[in-house]
Amino acid sequence: MEVARHWRQRGTRYRLEGQRNTRTGAIRFPAQPPALGEEPSEWESIRLSGRGTLYSFSVIRQAPDGFEGLVPYPVALVQLEEGPLVTAQLTDCAEADLSIGIAVEMVTRHLLDTGEDNVLVYGYKFRPCLM
Amino acid sequence: MSNIYLVGAAATPVGEHYARSLADLASEAVRAAFAPLSALPLDRVGGLYVANALAENLASQGQLGAYLATSVGLHGVPALRVEAAGASGGVAVQQAAQAIAAGQCEIAVVLGVEKLTDRLEGEVEAALALQSDGEAQAIHGLTLTAQWALLMRRYMHVYGYPAEAFAPFPVNAHTNAAKNPQALYRFGINADKYRKAGQIASPLNMLDCSSLADGAACLVLVNEALARELPGPHLRIAATAVATDTPNIAARPDPLDLSACRTSAQVALERAHLSLSDVHVFEVSDPHGITAALALEALGCYPRGEAPRHAADGAITPTGHTPIATAGGYKARGDIGGASGIYQMVELARQLRGEAGPTQVANARIALAQSLGGLAATAATCVLIADS
Repeated sequence: MEVARHWRQRGTRYRLEGQRNTRTGAIRFPAQPPALGEEPSEWESIRLSGRGTLYSFSVIRQAPDGFEGLVPYPVALVQLEEGPLVTAQLTDCAEADLSIGIAVEMVTRHLLDTGEDNVLVYGYKFRPCLM
Repeated sequence: MSNIYLVGAAATPVGEHYARSLADLASEAVRAAFAPLSALPLDRVGGLYVANALAENLASQGQLGAYLATSVGLHGVPALRVEAAGASGGVAVQQAAQAIAAGQCEIAVVLGVEKLTDRLEGEVEAALALQSDGEAQAIHGLTLTAQWALLMRRYMHVYGYPAEAFAPFPVNAHTNAAKNPQALYRFGINADKYRKAGQIASPLNMLDCSSLADGAACLVLVNEALARELPGPHLRIAATAVATDTPNIAARPDPLDLSACRTSAQVALERAHLSLSDVHVFEVSDPHGITAALALEALGCYPRGEAPRHAADGAITPTGHTPIATAGGYKARGDIGGASGIYQMVELARQLRGEAGPTQVANARIALAQSLGGLAATAATCVLIADS
């Protein structure tokens, strides 16, 4: 069921929260615990814009359990405008709409149904920009 | 460091062994590895290292050290399971070699075993996806194959290749597997069939994706004193090295650079006092052409963006400059999960003993095996030398 697991991820999944390094300005996604040798205050939380470009994509036809109903579904590496790459599903598009470099934006969508008596998991996907 | 020798190496055929259990396969491999070693005192086996990636999820069994030590008849021997996804085999070899080098034992057994075909495809894909980052990839439905596909499409974009430029990798794998009685797929394919194959995760098609199958492979490692009591040729484990990287490909500065692959090979070659050009035959992780291409480039065999061109010129065949997959590779010998790294070593032992038959690399004396976990989050390299 993992209710707590999904709850812990709410900032990442619903708000695309990453981190900015207070010293260097570097931005990363997803958030990470402080590394050995770093002060816990070195990275601060930052909400990413959700805008980016398609770095690469694939259309999955052999899916893991839980995703078989979506087949075929497109997935991507998206380069966010703040710099980090993120892996996610694409939505609201056909394979023919896709090419490396096109502009995409984050949307919140249903990710996974973990079954009867379980949680409906929502999170980020990306779609080609509407305009 | 004292010298460590590989004196026994054997494997079961790779296949869909519906009639056989994890224990059955393990037993066959261990018995076969010890068969020519009747002079070896079994009571001096001081460690069993089980390489396995997926047993809890796909074979309904945990604590494989004790479970398989009992199954194969090594009762009471110190035993543990090593898990590093697809690199489990390479990491287990290092653990066993270090135990001998430290003087903890005289004989160490490395057993790679995987039982994957009891489950349906969706369960296998879900288990494999956990070898990347559960939150960054698996919850989004990204399979390992899809992640290699993302790297392949990016590679095609950056270096200007069509998908069929990767055909030489599975073509070579199948050509070699057709001559290996233990391989999963003992038939050839060609570039035309590659072009027409159905998509699994575009641009990766069915003929550019390895099939997971069951199997077990076993290595017997001994110290120098015991090795000298056995007939040659003596295969020396000249070096092992393991390196790691983030399992989340999106968090890497350059996803097309398999940095763990590069570091692990460099460190292993330095420890062996060798350079890459000294190596006669390679085993790399090659479930897809893109994986082999990125691995060869990370090893330093070819500049970035050039591996497919050299593969098309025959460089990866048994008579080429950098032979790989001489037993069929992950694609055609079969992908045995965490046991694949041990199958690699079994093949390199055949090569260095001159027993590889139609896929023998001429005068092979120095070999390098590298197994990768997930998207090369773990890379384990072993350098094997036939002492003259």
